[in-house]
Amino acid sequence: MTHTASTVRMKRRSPFERSTGADRLFDIVIYALLGFAFLITIYPMIVVLSSSFSSAAAVTGGQVWLYPIQPTLKGYQAVFRNSMVLTGYMNSLFYAVAGTLINVTMTVMAAYPLSRKDYTPRGFVMLVFSFTMFFSGGMIPSYILVSKLGIMNTRWAMLLPGAMSVYNMILTRTYFMSALPDELLEAAQLDGCSDFRFIRSVALPLSKPILAVIALYYAVGHWNAYFNAFMYLSDTKLFPLQIVLRSILLLNQVDASTVSMESLIEREAVKNLLKYSLIVIASVPVLALYPFIQKYFIHGVMIGSIKG
Amino acid sequence: MNAALSGSREGSGYTPGTRRGGIRKITRRECRRWQLYLLLMPPLAYLIVFHYGAMYGLLIAFKNFNAMKGILGSDWVGMKWINKFVMSHNFWQIVRNTLSLSLYSLLAGFPIPIVLALAINACQKRWFKKTVQMGTYAPYFLSVTVVVSMLYQFLAEKTGVVNTMLFNITGERISFLTKPGIFQHLYVWSDVWQYTGYNSIIYIAALSSIDPSLHEAATVDGANKFQRTWHVDLPGILPTATILLILRIGQIMNVGFEKVYLMQNPMNISGSQIINTYIYQQSIGSQLPNFSYSTAVGLLNSLINFILLLSVNGLANRINGSGMF
Repeated sequence: MTHTASTVRMKRRSPFERSTGADRLFDIVIYALLGFAFLITIYPMIVVLSSSFSSAAAVTGGQVWLYPIQPTLKGYQAVFRNSMVLTGYMNSLFYAVAGTLINVTMTVMAAYPLSRKDYTPRGFVMLVFSFTMFFSGGMIPSYILVSKLGIMNTRWAMLLPGAMSVYNMILTRTYFMSALPDELLEAAQLDGCSDFRFIRSVALPLSKPILAVIALYYAVGHWNAYFNAFMYLSDTKLFPLQIVLRSILLLNQVDASTVSMESLIEREAVKNLLKYSLIVIASVPVLALYPFIQKYFIHGVMIGSIKG
Repeated sequence: MNAALSGSREGSGYTPGTRRGGIRKITRRECRRWQLYLLLMPPLAYLIVFHYGAMYGLLIAFKNFNAMKGILGSDWVGMKWINKFVMSHNFWQIVRNTLSLSLYSLLAGFPIPIVLALAINACQKRWFKKTVQMGTYAPYFLSVTVVVSMLYQFLAEKTGVVNTMLFNITGERISFLTKPGIFQHLYVWSDVWQYTGYNSIIYIAALSSIDPSLHEAATVDGANKFQRTWHVDLPGILPTATILLILRIGQIMNVGFEKVYLMQNPMNISGSQIINTYIYQQSIGSQLPNFSYSTAVGLLNSLINFILLLSVNGLANRINGSGMF
């Protein structure tokens, strides 16, 4: 009986109207979920940013939780008084630019021949490349190798051991194979075009999106890396920014000239403030580019998902 | 027309005789592609020197490595170092830390990006969607050093924001960074914070390729939004999720060195010592470095990973032919 009653009611109110209630609830849940995810992700970054512009006393007293308290630039002044930070910045810039150039060149040099179906040893060479993705010598043999090669504690130690990523090479190769149809190569060859010429005049101009993607992957990787520097460098003049960050932020090594304050408490407070400013300064180059490069990264993930 | 043309090109390129043999003909054919061989030389040289060269260095896992004698000249000791590691008193602790950190990361870090992707996909306001995506990807671009520093700053016992709030509420302060039991939670949830947005991209891509007619059919059948998400979207990304899950299981013993090392301190070491940090601690980070021992530990770990990956990949191939090789 009740069953018929409800059916009748449902019919009268039409099935669509009934589903709107559930849909509205679903929408509320979705918006709440997304809002929560968004806030919880950006909140820590906002606290860092606000702290970096606040006074030392406010930061140390734990008063900054949303916006800057007693706004000053003291933190940033302290950071720029530190010579290590400036050297680190320049070094990181060098490693990122030089490293990315080497990376992209090497990646294209490997990816193009391996994308050619008529390149006979392709299968074997691919195996030689991909094996290194799944098995490696590991930390100690690499360390011994770098020291044997005599590049320990030189800039080369930052550029050569990671001269190419096989994963990015495969990404590029996949792109070449889909973006460069066989007919194009055949037509070019009929006209007497050499392989070098084909790469320069046809393949590379047609592959700008993937080149942008891998260049960005490499550049961000270089900027954020600390492992190679940590393992292979001991000369402070060669340190990239991430190593400087580690010594200041985590090991608490700040030289006296940076924080020339009267009392010990005040000195500790400025040290603490300086850390927030340093975090901001280290992340700004990548985060400032981020809105522009974001779509390339998404593009990269999509290409990668075609064939892992 | 086109096919006929390319067919004739094929014919003139590979004359029938070259297929079966005629070394001279093959050589001549490959010589025409000398530029391809030349291009591949530098990357191949890099690979041989830096990757295979390092693998050659693995030999010292079975030797008593002496820097003066070199890799080949050092004396063989067989399985001594591997046995030493398996018998050592903290073997189980290190293996347990590595495995539990990895499993915990997987349990927390795997489903959350899927939920985020489904939610973003179900959201209809474009600007809201874009804002959430922008915000959640952003931490991916921060370096490990910066993320760990942020943890240190926020959780600092006297000056951190978290402890200040905690003190105002409960009147107590907690030293988060020095407790072995808290280490794993900090590691895993800061990872979730940093990578959820980025890891959701691949699912959003998979969701965008779901056939819209499936949604239309479901709507006609009277499915509401939640039912469509549950019965259309979720099954649509299940293949992608399966592959990613399988791949992550293949990496289960492989916990990165960098972040753990930065978060490690003498107080939390019993909860934070994993295989990779142990390798470092026993060699480069030690007063009395034992390179052979560390290499042996690393080799054992790499072998386990490699076998895991191969078996898991075989499984993926068997399930839906979607393994990597």
